Amino acid sequence: MTPALRRRMFLVAAAVAGLLLLWGLTGLPDYGVYNGPYGDVLNEVAVAERKATNVVGAVTFDYRGVDTMGEEYILFAAVLGVAILLRAQRDETENPPDEDAADRNAPQTSNAVRVIGLALVGPVVLFGLYLVLHGHLTPGGGFQGGVVLATAALLVYLSGEYVTLRRVSPELVTDLAESVGAASYVAVGLLGVAAGTAFLDNVLPLGQPGELLSAGIIPPINAAIGLEVAGGFVLLLSEFLEQTLVIRRPGEVT
Amino acid sequence: MRFFPYIVAAWLMLVGLYGIATSRNLVHAITCLSVAQSSTYILLLSVGFERGGTAPIFLDVPVGTKAVDPVVGALTLTDVVVGATVSALLLALAVQAYKHHGSLDPEHFRRHQD
Repeated sequence: MTPALRRRMFLVAAAVAGLLLLWGLTGLPDYGVYNGPYGDVLNEVAVAERKATNVVGAVTFDYRGVDTMGEEYILFAAVLGVAILLRAQRDETENPPDEDAADRNAPQTSNAVRVIGLALVGPVVLFGLYLVLHGHLTPGGGFQGGVVLATAALLVYLSGEYVTLRRVSPELVTDLAESVGAASYVAVGLLGVAAGTAFLDNVLPLGQPGELLSAGIIPPINAAIGLEVAGGFVLLLSEFLEQTLVIRRPGEVT
Repeated sequence: MRFFPYIVAAWLMLVGLYGIATSRNLVHAITCLSVAQSSTYILLLSVGFERGGTAPIFLDVPVGTKAVDPVVGALTLTDVVVGATVSALLLALAVQAYKHHGSLDPEHFRRHQD
């Protein structure tokens, strides 16, 4: 099929799909008019029932906790898939890099980038931990906080070198963080089974709404997901960087 | 304006699919998939939006304040996470495709097989 024919076929199909979509969308409630009832019910009862002031967090990690476990394992499987795809394949050999301009002087990372990058690492780690630990109170949670934590590793790479990134996040640590995080979610779920109720039932003490130690199983689940997401994203980052970089340790000549 | 956000969602979906169908570069196709997927965020959040509603977070405002639907917020969170991981996996496949074929152009792969 030629590209032109494919484009024409797509435009015909898209016109039909577009009309069907418009037809369906006009049947939705008017924008800004919410018919409920689930959102209204949850907004009404979630704070009293689960002592979590972030109702989105309560839905994600408690009411829909089993779904989020599935989502967590999608993330786990995707990171695993990337790691398997990008590790050296059986028929691959590592070629020394083609140096197009051997006498080229690659510019050093500027001092401004290094200083600002390193200065940001501390605040970014703190902000990531804050997002993970306050997921049941304010916007945030394990997914968002985990990504912010992984950003700290990216800052280390930007302001240093790949070797530095590997030193602050050795493969063993990132692998462990990812798998321990994934397993901890199930472990928290099993607390409910151990207590004789149901898997992922909120059996821990609920405390008072608005307090750091409240909302039962939601903070531990956020911590588990934060650990997994941070580990997983640093792993993704390292795998992709390894594809593009020639890694030389100081003093090593190729 | 009653349907405007829904029309934006439909447009993003179709324009993303158009990009995938006509793409000459796998990285571009993966970006187009992200565009198509972002239509689902807009659709979900628009369905749950209530005029005058605040975020469903009751730390500073009392329970009973009019707030938007938290369920679609949670669904969108899932959507974003799955979207990011799918992109990562597809980009890894694109890296391998480039290694094997020396190109990111899907047309090139077909010629390569013949």
